[in-house]
Amino acid sequence: MKYLTEFRNGDVAQRMAREIRQVATRPWKIMEICGGQTHSIIRNGIDQMLPPGIQMIHGPGCPVCVTPLALIDKALAIAAQPGVIFCSFGDMLRVPGTDADLFQIKGCGGDVRVVYSPLDAVELAVKNPQKQVVFFGVGFETTAPANAMSVHLAKRRGLKNFSLLVSHVLVPPAIEAIMSSPENKVQAFLAAGHVCSVMGYWEYPPLADKFEIPIVVTGFEPLDLLDGIRRAVIQLENCEHHVENAYERIVTYAGNLEAQRLLADVFEVTDRSWRGIGMIPKSGWRLNDKYRAFDAEERFQISGIHTEESPLCKAGDVLRGAIKPAECPAFGKECTPRRPLGATMVSSEGACAAYFNYGRFLSADELASAGAAHV
Amino acid sequence: MCLAIPGKVEQITTSGDVRMGRVNFGGVVKNVCLDYVPEVVVGDYTIVHVGFALSKIDEQSALETLELFRKMGALDEELATEEEAFARAANAAQSACPDGSCEPTAKGLRTDATAKSGPGE
Amino acid sequence: MSDHSVPDFTSWSCPLPLRDYPTIVMGHGGGGKLGNELVEHLFLPAFRNPALESLGDAAVFDVASGRLAMSTDSFVVQPLFFPGGSIGELAVNGTVNDLAVSGAEPKFLSASFILEEGFPVAQLAAVVNAMAESAAKAGVRIVTGDTKVVERGHGDGCYVNTAGVGVLRQGISVGPNRAQVGDAVLVSGTIGDHGMAIMSVREGLEFDSQIRSDCAALNGMIADVLDAVGPSVHTMRDPTRGGLASTLNEIATASNVGIDIDEAKVPVRSEVQSACELLGLDPVYVANEGKAVFFIAPEDADRALDVLRKHSLGRDAARIGVVTARHPRMLVARTAMGANRVIATQIGEQLPRIC
Repeated sequence: MKYLTEFRNGDVAQRMAREIRQVATRPWKIMEICGGQTHSIIRNGIDQMLPPGIQMIHGPGCPVCVTPLALIDKALAIAAQPGVIFCSFGDMLRVPGTDADLFQIKGCGGDVRVVYSPLDAVELAVKNPQKQVVFFGVGFETTAPANAMSVHLAKRRGLKNFSLLVSHVLVPPAIEAIMSSPENKVQAFLAAGHVCSVMGYWEYPPLADKFEIPIVVTGFEPLDLLDGIRRAVIQLENCEHHVENAYERIVTYAGNLEAQRLLADVFEVTDRSWRGIGMIPKSGWRLNDKYRAFDAEERFQISGIHTEESPLCKAGDVLRGAIKPAECPAFGKECTPRRPLGATMVSSEGACAAYFNYGRFLSADELASAGAAHV
Repeated sequence: MCLAIPGKVEQITTSGDVRMGRVNFGGVVKNVCLDYVPEVVVGDYTIVHVGFALSKIDEQSALETLELFRKMGALDEELATEEEAFARAANAAQSACPDGSCEPTAKGLRTDATAKSGPGE
Repeated sequence: MSDHSVPDFTSWSCPLPLRDYPTIVMGHGGGGKLGNELVEHLFLPAFRNPALESLGDAAVFDVASGRLAMSTDSFVVQPLFFPGGSIGELAVNGTVNDLAVSGAEPKFLSASFILEEGFPVAQLAAVVNAMAESAAKAGVRIVTGDTKVVERGHGDGCYVNTAGVGVLRQGISVGPNRAQVGDAVLVSGTIGDHGMAIMSVREGLEFDSQIRSDCAALNGMIADVLDAVGPSVHTMRDPTRGGLASTLNEIATASNVGIDIDEAKVPVRSEVQSACELLGLDPVYVANEGKAVFFIAPEDADRALDVLRKHSLGRDAARIGVVTARHPRMLVARTAMGANRVIATQIGEQLPRIC
C-alpha cells in the first residue's frame, strides 16, 4: 500500500536503529502516548531493536483502556434493553464491565453490532426507525470528528432514534497529569500522530516548556516510530526540550481546522475519570447543550450501576507507565486475554494484551534467540 | 488509538448533504466522508480513520522523509564493532552535555545521573 | 456458482410441483408429501447417483478394503452467498478437505439441511446446485441426506451439515501430533482470502474489492503431494477458522514442538493485506477454505513445493518455516524488522479495531 509499505522497510529500520545506538550515550525513558503506537512497537519488535538503555514506557493512549468502568456498565445496561441496536467499534466488545462485557450481552440476546464508522450507525438509525440506535463514541481527538459529524448529521436529518454514548478523552491533560505525578519517570514523549492530524501540535509547546521535556509528534509505522525515538534521544542527549514534528506528511502545526470547527460546535470540555488513573480535570469532551438531546446517558437515564474493579488489577499502574505488564502479579496468571481483569489485557493495543500476545513474557534472551534465520 | 490508513481518492460525490468520496486503499475501495478535507481532489492521497478523511497526505514530504530515512546509517555500514561506534560517539561534538551533569530544575523531570559505559551496553 | 455476492435467483426455473411453494414451509421437513417433493425434484436431480436414488434410510455402497476415515462439519456462514462461493461449496469442500488432510481419499458424503420457515426455495436450489458442482469437481458423491424445518425466527435461513467417509491411503501416517523437529513448514497458497471475502459483505464493515473466497477441494492437490513424497509427510491441516496461526499453534501443541516462521515468506494477496490494514486485522488469524499446511521431512520439502506449484490450487505455495526444539508449543515469527514476535492463539473471533 502506497505511503504505508515503504515505512516498513526492514533494512532501513535496522539502519535507523543503528543510528539510535550511536547517538544514545545514556539511558532514557520515553513514553509513546498512543495505544496504536504501543501496538506497533510490540508487534514489530521495535523495542527489541533499541539499545537496552532506551526504555519505552507505554502511555495511556488507549481510549478503550481508560473508558470508566461506570460507563462500560451503562453501555451494557443500554445494550441489553429490547428495542435498542447498540453499535460499537470492535475494540470495545470484550472490555470487561463489572459483571459482563458487550460480547456476552450479545450472546444473551442484546442487539450489539460492530461497525467500522459512526456513519454506519446513523444509517442503521435511518433504516430502523422503530428502534433506538446508540453508538458507543469512545476515543481520543482522532475519533471525535467522526463522532461529532454523526451526531451533527443526525440532528440535521431530524433523527429521533439516534444517540451517542460519549467517552472522549484528551491527550494534553493526560501529559500534564503524568508529568505532575511524583512517581513519574518519563523524560520525553512521542505524541500521537493521528491525534495531531486533527488538533495540530500547538497545544504542546507550553507543556514542553513547563516540564522541560521533548515532545516529538510521531507516526505509527516502524520507520516513523524509530525516527520519533531517534529525535527524542537526540534532544535528551543535548538537554533540549522542544516540540518537533516527525510526521510532516500528515500533521501541520494548526491541524485540521474544519474538524476543529465542528468539534467546537458539538462538544464542550468536561472533567473525566480515566479508568485506572482517576479523575483528570478538563480532560474530556461531552456533548454540549445544542446536542444534549442526542446524549445516550441523558436519553436512557441508567441508574443503580454498582461498579467494582478487580482488586488484583493493576491496569492503572500500567497506564501511567509505573510498571510494565509483566511486573503485575496477576499477569499471565489470574489475568490473561481469555479471562481479563482489566481493559489493558483486552484491548488490542492495551499494553498488557500486547505483551501477552507478542510474547514479552518469554525472557528477552529466549525471544531473541528464537527465530527463522534458517527457514 | 487512531488506526488510520492512506488511500487514494478516486471519485467525489455529494451524498445529500455530505461530501463523500470513493477511496482506494491498495485495491480495497470504501466510501469515505471528505467533509473535513475540502481541499482534497480526485487523485490525492488522504489518511482515513473510521470512515473519515482527516488529512491530505503531503506526497512531497513523504518522499523526502523516506529519502532521509534511507540515507540514515548508510555510511555507517562499514563500522563493524561497537567499540568503534563508541569511539565515534565519544569524539562527536553532538551532546551539549557530554559529562551528563545537566540537571534540569523543572518539576517532574528526572535524569539518570549514572554515566553510561557506551551505547547499547 | 456465480461470482457475485448474491446470485441471480430469478433465472432458476422452479420445477413443478415445487412452484406451489416458493418458500420453505414446516411441511417440507415433515417427511410427507412436501418433503418427498423436495427430494424428488431438487435433491435427487442435483446429486444424482445410484446410492442416493435407492432412497433407503441408509445409503449402501462398496469401498476398497482398508482403513476408513470419517469427518463431519456443520456450516452456518452468514451471508449464505459471498464473493467466490456460498454455504454450498463450503459444505462439500470443508468435509472433503478434512478427509484429505487426514490422508484419506474422500468418497461419500451425507448432507443434512436445517431450513428456516420462509427460506426461498430458489436460494435452496442455488445452494444445492453449488454442492452438486463441488461434489463432482472433488470426485465425491452425496449419497444420503435429511431435511428439517424450524419455525421462522429460529434459524438463519439455512444451516448445512455434511459428514464424509474416505479410504486411508496405504503407507501414509499423518496427524497433528506427528510433526518432528527439523520438518519444513509449507503452505499451499495465499492466506486470509476467505475471511476477508466474508468481511467484505458483512453489514457495517463492507467494502468493495476483488477479494474472493478461496473455497476449494484440496484432495487432488494433496494426492499429488502424497504420490510424490508420501512417507515424508508428517502432518497436514487445512487452516479454516482462526487462520494459519491457530492451525500452527494446534500442531505445535499436539506435537509438543516449537515452530519458527518468517513473516516475509507467508503469501498474502496485496488486496487481502489492504483489507486487513483497513480493519485492523492480522491475516494470520483470518479464515481460509482452500489452503493446506504441510509438515514435511526437510529433504523432500523442495520436491513437495514443486508438486504444489504445478497444481492449479497451489501456484502460490511457499516454504514458510521450520519445526524447532526450542520454545515448545509456541509459534514464533520473524518480523520484517528482523525482530521476533510470538503468534499466540486468538481468544475467540478476531474483531476489527479502530485503535
